[in-house]
Amino acid sequence: MDILYAPFIDYAFMRRALAATIALSFCCPAVGVWLVLRRMSLVGDAMSHALLPGVAVGFLVAGLSLSALTIGGMVAALIVAVLAGLVTRWTPLREDASFAAFYLVSLAVGVLIVSSFGTNVDLMRFLFGSILAVDDHALLLVASIGSVSIVGLAIIYRPLLAECFDPEFLKSVHAHGGRYHAAFLVLVVLSLVAAFQALGTLMAVGLMMLPAASGRFWASSVSGQILSAVAMALASSYTGLLISFHGDVASGPAIVLCAGALYVVSLVIGRRGGIIVEHLRPRHLEA
Amino acid sequence: MGASLCLTDVTVSYGRHPAVHHVSGTFDSGTLTAVVGPNGAGKSTLLKAISGLHPVDSGRIHVGEHGAGVAFLPQQSALDRSFPISVLEVVLLGHWTRVGPFGRYSRRMVEDANHALSIVGLDEFQERPVGTLSTGQLQRVLFARLLLQDASIILLDEPFAALDRRTTEDLIAVLERWHGESRTVIAVLHDHDQVRAYFPNALYLARECLAWGPTHDVLTAENEQRARTMAEAWRQDAEICERP
Repeated sequence: MDILYAPFIDYAFMRRALAATIALSFCCPAVGVWLVLRRMSLVGDAMSHALLPGVAVGFLVAGLSLSALTIGGMVAALIVAVLAGLVTRWTPLREDASFAAFYLVSLAVGVLIVSSFGTNVDLMRFLFGSILAVDDHALLLVASIGSVSIVGLAIIYRPLLAECFDPEFLKSVHAHGGRYHAAFLVLVVLSLVAAFQALGTLMAVGLMMLPAASGRFWASSVSGQILSAVAMALASSYTGLLISFHGDVASGPAIVLCAGALYVVSLVIGRRGGIIVEHLRPRHLEA
Repeated sequence: MGASLCLTDVTVSYGRHPAVHHVSGTFDSGTLTAVVGPNGAGKSTLLKAISGLHPVDSGRIHVGEHGAGVAFLPQQSALDRSFPISVLEVVLLGHWTRVGPFGRYSRRMVEDANHALSIVGLDEFQERPVGTLSTGQLQRVLFARLLLQDASIILLDEPFAALDRRTTEDLIAVLERWHGESRTVIAVLHDHDQVRAYFPNALYLARECLAWGPTHDVLTAENEQRARTMAEAWRQDAEICERP
């Protein structure tokens, strides 16, 4: 039995990794559920890649300094979000396409900078994260950003709900839907920056979108979807870390794969629209 | 309770093509007015301009009493019906102007929402997800939200389109309730018999105002004939309007 908890008792780095992923498991899936509801799943992906050039510039300037990497990533992602927003607003290009264009360019720029000035180890770390190397400072950063994102989401819950469901109503009561959309994008960036510390630019979005997509199969309200997504993210983080420890495999991908497995399970046996429920429907009720 | 609404030479355009062209007149406080006219006559555009969703090209829209609230129910197509939101959550949005984006709903506000739901005949529907409602039930929910908005001026864009007779009658009763409370109600409608039966006033729109006044003076065979001659599409080679 002790294989289930011994690694976390014996090794401080495993404890820190667990704490960091628990923090991420609260904020990332919550943001992800809103991304899914707003039909912006790919935007999350795009933004996570858009971090890279900023991180790379931070790395160029200050080496592996936590604050430089964080600030760099945040600035780059926000710039991409604003530029993509402007392109969507002022040209006929739709949001997903304009985000895709910007993130492809930023990913290329980021990889170019890191591979020219850093080592392959640095590049791998930026792309796939180094959750087992999370130190106390990084842990504090991840936990703080996670808390801010959760509180922020709670504050803009109602405007987001109204803007998703009935944007015209929001306009008719003279509320500025765009403002909440912008605040939401900032929260997306914050969560991704936190996740980047642990999972890297390519895996960060995994803990965000996979549990969110799975949550949809278990609950019919926004809060229910967020709760089930968080539960699945927590389970994936814990299981993923254990598998990575005992199986000696990379931890970030292990966690994301666990989330992927839960997604497949939800897809098949989910109560709301899962494949089995849809095909073995029980007899209908009285009218 | 109501407020008058004054249009002075209002033109509303898409690009440079006017959808509402030099319309002037007043919706008196507490009147119940139907806006009729062929498709493309600018009826929806006029409501959007009044509610501030579409900019006015020239002219002026003036709300009589200062601070009078305007509530607008657009056509249903804009809603995301697959969104996981409950009936009560939708109705509570009607409190928006009082609680704002972040305020807390008081117990009283929730009671008001339940009361509004029972007025539109949807007791026991509070927890139902909107995705499970029929078209008629969803329209009842939106009427409940309008009830909570408690506005002096209420704008409805084809509120009874695609509704069965019973739902229509129930919702017309809500309209008459507002009329009884002296609110100013303006509804875009296509069913002229309905307009004759329930609406004291009518505005016949065919991009320009054909007639505006008591319904029996507006819905005449002559006006219907004139509306039919309105060109469906705008002319690409239209010249610049020189009217002052």
